[in-house]
Amino acid sequence: MEYHKLGSYDVVVIGAGHAGIEAAHAAARLGARTALFTISLDFIANMPCNPSIGGTAKGHLVREVDALGGLMGIMADKTFLQSRMLNRGKGPAVHSLRVQTDRKQYHMAMKEALEKTPNLYIHQGEITGLERKEGRVTGVYTQLGGYYEAGAVVIATGTSLGGKIFVGEANYESGPDGQHAATALTRDLMEAGLPIRRFKTGTPARVHRRSIDFSKLTVQPGDPEEELQPFSFMTDFPLHNKVDCYIAYTNPRTHDIIRANIHRSPLYGGMIQGVGPRYCPSIEDKVMRFGEKDRHQIFVEPCGENTEEMYLQGMSSSLPEDVQNAMYRTIEGLEHLELMRPAYAIEYDCVDPTAMKATLEMKDLSGVYGAGQFNGTSGYEEAAAQGLLAGINAACHALGRKELILPRHTSYLGTLVDDLVTKGVLDPYRMMTSRSEYRLTLRQDNADDRLTPIGREYGLVDDARWERFTAAKAAKEKELSRLENTSIKAAQLRQVALEEGVDPGETGGTAAQILRRPGVTYAMVARIIGPGEGITPMLAQKIETEIKYAGYIQRQQRTIREVARHENTPIPEEFSYANLQGLTLEAREKLEKIRPATLAQAGRIPGVSPSDLAQLSLALLTWKKEEEPHDR
Amino acid sequence: MKEFTKTICAIATPPGEGGIAVIRMSGPQAYPIAAKVFRPINPDKKVEQAKGYTALFGHYLLEGRPMDQTVALFYRAPHSYTGEDVVELSVHGGSAMAQGLMEALLTAGASPAGAGEFTRRALENGKMDLAQAESVMEVISAAGRQGAALAGAALEGTLSRKIDEITGVLLALRGHLAAWVDYPEEDVPELEEETLIHTLETQKGELDRLIRDYQGGAILRQGVDAVIVGRPNVGKSTLLNLLAGYDRAIVTPIAGTTRDLVEEKVMLGSSGIRLNLFDTAGIHETQDLVEAEGIRRSYLKLEQAGLILAVFDLSRELTGEDLELARRCQGRPAIAIFNKEDLDPRLDTEILGQYFKAALPVSFHQEGALELVTDLIRRVLGLTRIDPYAAALTSRRQLESALRAREALEEGMNAAALGLDAVSVCLDDALEALYDLKGENPTADVIEEVFSKFCVGK
Repeated sequence: MEYHKLGSYDVVVIGAGHAGIEAAHAAARLGARTALFTISLDFIANMPCNPSIGGTAKGHLVREVDALGGLMGIMADKTFLQSRMLNRGKGPAVHSLRVQTDRKQYHMAMKEALEKTPNLYIHQGEITGLERKEGRVTGVYTQLGGYYEAGAVVIATGTSLGGKIFVGEANYESGPDGQHAATALTRDLMEAGLPIRRFKTGTPARVHRRSIDFSKLTVQPGDPEEELQPFSFMTDFPLHNKVDCYIAYTNPRTHDIIRANIHRSPLYGGMIQGVGPRYCPSIEDKVMRFGEKDRHQIFVEPCGENTEEMYLQGMSSSLPEDVQNAMYRTIEGLEHLELMRPAYAIEYDCVDPTAMKATLEMKDLSGVYGAGQFNGTSGYEEAAAQGLLAGINAACHALGRKELILPRHTSYLGTLVDDLVTKGVLDPYRMMTSRSEYRLTLRQDNADDRLTPIGREYGLVDDARWERFTAAKAAKEKELSRLENTSIKAAQLRQVALEEGVDPGETGGTAAQILRRPGVTYAMVARIIGPGEGITPMLAQKIETEIKYAGYIQRQQRTIREVARHENTPIPEEFSYANLQGLTLEAREKLEKIRPATLAQAGRIPGVSPSDLAQLSLALLTWKKEEEPHDR
Repeated sequence: MKEFTKTICAIATPPGEGGIAVIRMSGPQAYPIAAKVFRPINPDKKVEQAKGYTALFGHYLLEGRPMDQTVALFYRAPHSYTGEDVVELSVHGGSAMAQGLMEALLTAGASPAGAGEFTRRALENGKMDLAQAESVMEVISAAGRQGAALAGAALEGTLSRKIDEITGVLLALRGHLAAWVDYPEEDVPELEEETLIHTLETQKGELDRLIRDYQGGAILRQGVDAVIVGRPNVGKSTLLNLLAGYDRAIVTPIAGTTRDLVEEKVMLGSSGIRLNLFDTAGIHETQDLVEAEGIRRSYLKLEQAGLILAVFDLSRELTGEDLELARRCQGRPAIAIFNKEDLDPRLDTEILGQYFKAALPVSFHQEGALELVTDLIRRVLGLTRIDPYAAALTSRRQLESALRAREALEEGMNAAALGLDAVSVCLDDALEALYDLKGENPTADVIEEVFSKFCVGK
């Protein structure tokens, strides 16, 4: 095909899913002239799976995206249907917000926000290849014969890249929700030397509301109105629950149908080659792997305010449509179920993430960044967080600025990226609180403390957000000092504590000391000494946690500082492992493949032992001295 | 950044016998830790105020009790071998005192130094040049390989299985906690606080046993310094020969034949106990200068020994010297052996016996004498509980990991009142310490555990 030059951009983003939109928005905000390409403008910020945002650890990621000036949190609040703070009672570090959103409204709101972003140009079109010169990207080609110059490219292709849908014996090339698959780009990326692999995921059916007997299901309302918290640190309008969710259960009859038809599943029939996620098993996986369980839970969630479509969380499947009908209808309350969109499995192309640096740039293809499912993750929130980082770094690359690396101890985002590029993935990666060794420090309530200053430094945080952040920080500091300096008498405490059913203890003390006692909350203290000035419920939670967990948090801070020493020891890109004595063969191979950027990262590579690390540390010192110029 | 570095310590003198043993400690906490472990004779001297290049004389403390005489040498950063604050503590040679001091330092917060770690710090702080660094690298890689082989050998077998057991239980708990926390709305069985605490307690108990037996284990592995004392010609050398199994000391009926310490390493039958035996010159008033020096050394050795075998002659009357000796044995791991049971008894064993942990009337020439003595030694050393084939920690590094794991479990139990998030972090710490002990990495296993045991995921 003959290509015609149609424009020139600093940054080109391929794909307008949750990763692509944050990437494009962040790049444009940094001042890069940015193009966002999508196969269909009508699927910007589409939610092909759950109509919800957040959940355990994912909620943390949303707050982090927001703290850095991203869009996801603001839009989730704007299109809010219902929310629950998960894990209340299991400790503040694992409190996680999950919001049901209006799927169509979310798309509309996000599209509008992007359209109104300066420096950002949205194009409908499929990218078929990258122009490369001497190991760096210089432009992109479209299927219509267009060519655009590009200083940097972010690949955020989701399940559209080489997408193939499976429902029973039927299968066809497609992206989600009827979008056509991107079929040309994979070959080009392989030619560029990227290690491409194939993953799979799946989604349950969407069904008609009128066909469900809700009297037979358990209702699951949102949190009480007065406890509702927004995702975004910027949201200040009140939130209201607009819908309920429901819980249903499979039963032995459901499982019998699945077992009787398992040979018709493309996964069990061997038609699907892609590796599926362990954390998001299909119903047939659950039944086959956990045969002893006689029921599995299903959440019935509305897809929006102006639609009758309902989503069946927990019932993803690739069984044929006739089996799906039979299987779903065995469930109490769903006996007359009308399927609107059948469940399906989808295979897609993605990259081995160890091909990337911690900036999300490809090690062997300068200027090309990856984000989201393309990097081997799954989940809207994981995608958005990586998109934000990839967008920042693509812009920095194009504009000649210093790129951003977030170490593990700063954020779930940093942890996610480090896991990807250091350990790699064998199946689609989902964020979990257990993945962060620093989780007492990386809470959703302090994402702004951790990241907003970084966002400000890079130009993502505008004045309004910065002012709000500094005001909240000042209010918190002031309140902490008030709590340290205000004393509470034993008698005052006894009265309030007994009403709340908490052991008041024998003595009084400063408000901070009292707050450290088991069961005593900030609200109880505030009843005695009055509420602090400018203390929102979110700030109150933060203060309570920081005081109660002080010992554990300090312990983690110590570990973080110990690690920082190695985190601050860079390994130059041109460093050679070939002549390094005393390494095990495995360690040498892994180090050569991963090419860690710092000594700390080297230590986290599976197969690299502390003794290998000691060798490397000494060799680095030697190497540095040899490289220094002798005649100065 | 330096103040966040660990403070490390290690025995700096070569292993084996020597006049003195030196333990070097380096790092930001060197002075505070030394202050906890070392007590100067002069109460006006404060360790933390000690200037660089000065020395203090005193004792080191183990579990609050003053132990061996100790000389402390102080170096202030950056004027030291490593460029950090350094304290060097010298104690009497022989492994027991130095090991005891190491124990005390580790308990007070120091960490055992890794291979070549002092040198690495010296290098990083610019105390060494490139050529020196390269030679050090050679040494470290050699030591590392040898060390790894040794650790591997120790980890095969019972200890490895025991650590696997504890790790397995904690991992199951951690997996349950992870599933329970990361999948709050799914069908994960609730984790009862009682179960949680009970599990933490039982596994802490397992670690308690390993840590407690470590000291006994050290006796089994390294041997205990044992001294044979008594008046001249009561049969000390005969006992030595009995224990050694052949004629080692010159045994004559002439009192005062053994004028100096005689050392012998013996294995007591099949008991697994190694004794570093010191036969001593007989204790009595003497004008002979050489003999007097021998007697002085006998008493010194008696004060340092981990086991005292005091031999008395049943056929002779109690003397002031016998009483003096018995008095010095009070409160020590000492056994009174009343020899020559076959002759007419004239010794008052009741008076003497009260100063000792155990007493045994025996004739060294009789059948089964060795077994009688061996059993008593086992009892006095507290080794009857220890099964030499049970899982045991075999190195200081393993002990340190076990201590860390135990501390993390204790913290986890405390954290239960606060929140499961804090408990899970403590469990991670405990697992990490146990994996350190085995040289593996835990994080991936927790995720595996979640998905293999629980049916979770939307």
